[in-house]
Amino acid sequence: MMRIRIDGQDYHVDDGLTVFEACRRQGIEIPHFCYHERLAIAGNCRMCLVELDSSPKPIASCAMPAAEGMDIRTDSPMVKKARHGVMEFLLINHPLDCPICDQGGECDLQDQAMAYGRFHSRFDENKRAVAEKPFGPLIKSSMTRCIHCTRCVRFATEVAGIEDLGALGRGENVEIGTYVEKALTSELSGNMIDLCPVGALTSKPYAFKARSWELRKTDSIDVMDAVGSHIRLDSRGTEVMRVLPRRCDAINEEWISDKTRFAYDGLKLQRLDRPWLRHSDGVLRPSDWQTIEDVCVEKIKQTDGTRIAALAGELCDCESMFMLKELLDGVSCPHRDCRPFGTFLPWQERWQYLFNTTIAGIEEADACLLIGAYPRYEAALVEARLRKRYLQGGFQGRAFRVGTKLPAHWQIEDVGESPHSLTELADSGHRVAQAFKQAKKPMIIVGMGALQRSDSEAIWHHIMALVQAFGVIRDDWNGFNVLHTRASMVGGMDVGFVPSQGGEARKGIEERARQGSIDVLWLLGEDDVDEETLKKPFVIYQGHHGERGASAADVIVPVPAYSEKDALYMNMEGRLQRGLPAVPPLGQAKEDWRVLTDMANRLGQTWAYQSQRDARRAMQKAYPLFAEKIGNIAAKKEKIELSYRQNGHSDVLNDTPLHSPLVNYYQSNVIARASQTMGRCVSELGGAVATKEKAK
Amino acid sequence: MLAPKDRIFTNLSGEGDVSLASARARGDWQTAAGVVTKESAWLIDTVKESGLRGRGGAGFPTGIKWSFMPKTRGARPHYLVVNADEGEPGTCKDRDILRYEPHKLLEGCVIAAHALLAEVVYIYIRGEFAEEARLLEEAIAQCQQADVLCGVAIHVHRGAGAYICGEETALLESLEGRKGMPRLKPPFPAAVGLYGCPTTINNVETIAVLPAIMARGAKWFAGLGRKNNEGTKIFCLSGHVNKPCNVEEEMGIPMRELIDKHGGGVCGGWDNLLAVIPGGSSVPLLPASLCADVCMDFDALREQGSGLGTGALIVMDKRTDIVAAIAQLSAFYKRESCGQCTPCREGSGWIMRTMQRLVRGDAALADLDLLESVAHQVEGHTICAFGEAAAWPIQGLLRHFRSDIEERLRQAHRHQKTAEVQDNDAYSN
Repeated sequence: MMRIRIDGQDYHVDDGLTVFEACRRQGIEIPHFCYHERLAIAGNCRMCLVELDSSPKPIASCAMPAAEGMDIRTDSPMVKKARHGVMEFLLINHPLDCPICDQGGECDLQDQAMAYGRFHSRFDENKRAVAEKPFGPLIKSSMTRCIHCTRCVRFATEVAGIEDLGALGRGENVEIGTYVEKALTSELSGNMIDLCPVGALTSKPYAFKARSWELRKTDSIDVMDAVGSHIRLDSRGTEVMRVLPRRCDAINEEWISDKTRFAYDGLKLQRLDRPWLRHSDGVLRPSDWQTIEDVCVEKIKQTDGTRIAALAGELCDCESMFMLKELLDGVSCPHRDCRPFGTFLPWQERWQYLFNTTIAGIEEADACLLIGAYPRYEAALVEARLRKRYLQGGFQGRAFRVGTKLPAHWQIEDVGESPHSLTELADSGHRVAQAFKQAKKPMIIVGMGALQRSDSEAIWHHIMALVQAFGVIRDDWNGFNVLHTRASMVGGMDVGFVPSQGGEARKGIEERARQGSIDVLWLLGEDDVDEETLKKPFVIYQGHHGERGASAADVIVPVPAYSEKDALYMNMEGRLQRGLPAVPPLGQAKEDWRVLTDMANRLGQTWAYQSQRDARRAMQKAYPLFAEKIGNIAAKKEKIELSYRQNGHSDVLNDTPLHSPLVNYYQSNVIARASQTMGRCVSELGGAVATKEKAK
Repeated sequence: MLAPKDRIFTNLSGEGDVSLASARARGDWQTAAGVVTKESAWLIDTVKESGLRGRGGAGFPTGIKWSFMPKTRGARPHYLVVNADEGEPGTCKDRDILRYEPHKLLEGCVIAAHALLAEVVYIYIRGEFAEEARLLEEAIAQCQQADVLCGVAIHVHRGAGAYICGEETALLESLEGRKGMPRLKPPFPAAVGLYGCPTTINNVETIAVLPAIMARGAKWFAGLGRKNNEGTKIFCLSGHVNKPCNVEEEMGIPMRELIDKHGGGVCGGWDNLLAVIPGGSSVPLLPASLCADVCMDFDALREQGSGLGTGALIVMDKRTDIVAAIAQLSAFYKRESCGQCTPCREGSGWIMRTMQRLVRGDAALADLDLLESVAHQVEGHTICAFGEAAAWPIQGLLRHFRSDIEERLRQAHRHQKTAEVQDNDAYSN
């Protein structure tokens, strides 16, 4: 602690703060543009100048370390004059086109000009005009408005890890841009829009669509990947107009990935807004709730429980999976799975399927081994954390990867592509083994690229052997992590949406369906199923987008998308989160709990749920994990016993390199596939996407 | 006037050749070998005693600057960087040192490196000084061959023609391979400098006088000039003088004496003098009335509201359009602003355009207030001293020539009015 004086008043502030931070923590506002707490200090906008008794000139508070005994003034004539001056300089070449600028109403320059500027202009010369720069399909540039704060440049180089952006030219002619004309190939590029304090970088899909003050803001949770980023849904009427990040230090800091931010137009397209029924002539026709419920209930009543199966898709919330599971239990159906085809991932112990280190915990790790995990595409914000840790120097060169050499945004050493490399690593003479031996907080990240293969079970045992050999799990540190790609998967495993006694897992269900020994297949928002599987059984598709699942369905049960429901989710860390509805369900769609309660009651189960809350309570009773406080990681296990087979089937390992099951970053789920913006990303940035072809 | 025996740069006019042998004959390379056996602290104290102030423009006491360096070498190496990026308009003293007295600079580098506990010296030389860079490299090669560098490695790095790279932290950025943009201070280079290591950056002239100080003693150096403004200084005389030249003189020599004795007098005689910019383009000008009595040192010029800067006198006689002359400087500063921070980026262009309107007479009287206010808004609000450099010439002009400019504008307005009346008459006829 040290004592400093601000505006004549003494304060005790923490050591190591800048003058700016010290003032801000005392609630003293200092105007600023270039300063951003998560970016390097640039000190170039000069808006944060304050007076320091020992300096004849005003000082940039953002860059000046606070020191014992400093006497700072933020309200003196010198400071006022400095702010007036800087504000005037920023405005002389700014177009003042606020009425046609999308930043209007939420513009730092506008706000600070009101608070700290003069109210007239003395500038009689011509204003500078700057050519637009191509920033790709997501970011609209209007570089005449740029005030050269370089936040975007710093974000790109520091957080996103792309060096495509910089300040070109000198003096008045400085322009921010890509050195060569090329779109930005980052999965986090949209954050530059939020960072830009003026309207130089705005959202292209949102251009001229709405004004900030017309929007209703709803705090919610993202489902585009398993990170569970905190988001704000901005809606007008029944339409989601845009998606913005919310600050959450434990998960997404204040960034979100481009898919999260821009896929929202998919919420308006290809939607299932009414019940559909396939008639005897094989044609799907619009129907009504009464009819489709009758048909479904009748069909289930006629069918033996062992010939019914259910698959949950990646966008499902915990309650709907819990309720469908309960319903299936009621008809003695054991076949159900929330994991994609061919996944080997044990669910008996929770730590086995969680990202145990936690996303924020990455910042403590000092060694890292990725096995078939490609966070850049599968969880862009985990990639951002890993890069942050890498930049902190935390890994000290101890970052390795087993898998195909897809581009990453941080430096990582490839130590083999096929799973056979895992056996080599285990050898104590191998440099990976030696690096892990030195590490105090080592972490292993296992991706779906390693767990969705025919030899995944053998790989799993090899990984467990490594976990033990490298001491990845210690009394005070759990460095074993599964990198999920599906928002629903952890929640699904938590509510037991996995085969029960005698039940088949995903692979078995699909095989049986193809053989004709499954008569009713309930798809809870699952579209990742091939046509062959859906041919024979009676398919009930409960979801919100008309895609593969719906087109093969016999009954379509329309339910709300994530932006339209109050629901709980578990992210990959096992953190309980709650999404809230920004807009009402579309058309005739009914909430999942209502649909499932109606059906269950008609099947003779007596559910007395009157609301979503009742359903949630029932789930919390059955699984106390969900009674945890929202935002907490539920039920950490104290003592972990590793169990794996020694010599785990080395012969079963095949030579295929480990690669990401994600074919395309921008179109990984139904909402994103329906989105035209994401479609444009694929056509314009195509190469930026992780494809299996490209990896080869 | 400086006695011949006190001259340091005996080959400043380039009469002798620059080979190591000739330099040795002139007395170079006789000090370093002895000096490197002394303690670093002794060297720093000697420089402090000599009163040497930086010759690059700011005039910061060199000994004190050196004492900011860590006293012992830690894990990080120390660096000495010599600023040979001489780009200040009107200034060409370092250039002559580089081409006629390179061995003084190199010997100084060895002495300074020893004092700063550095083993590596970088000489950042202005890109346009291609021939000088070649000569310097040749001189280094000769020294290596003769093994006189006492283990100090000296590298020459050529700049790429940006004035701002003469600012010490922009120079470091450029040296590291990045765009030349000044860094924020603190941290100062003595703590975090080149490649993040403790670094001292000194001007060529500052370093080149060190062998003489060491050889003849701090007292000798301190005995020249006034207190706080000790030693000799190379002055550059350019503009309307009969004999433009570089000359080494004692600090504090009266300006008139300097111009008359070494520059052959003002063109058309002293009475034809209009103004002098006494320290390179970045300091405020002095009108003729102040030039008669002023002495050429840091404090005397500061008292007159100007500065010694690089010691480069730009002399302007009464033929000069002073507004156009300063407008020319404004255009220079607009072009050379790095564009990093707001006041300089936006202000330098605004100043230049207003100045150009003043030259054309296309300005209102109120524009003079505007100009002054804009200059004040730039000065002192920027990351580096470039803001002052852009503002001071304007402030000097307005301080001393405001009434002339006002009269000029009134005249222009009268002309415009007459023209308008004639236009209107022509139209109505």
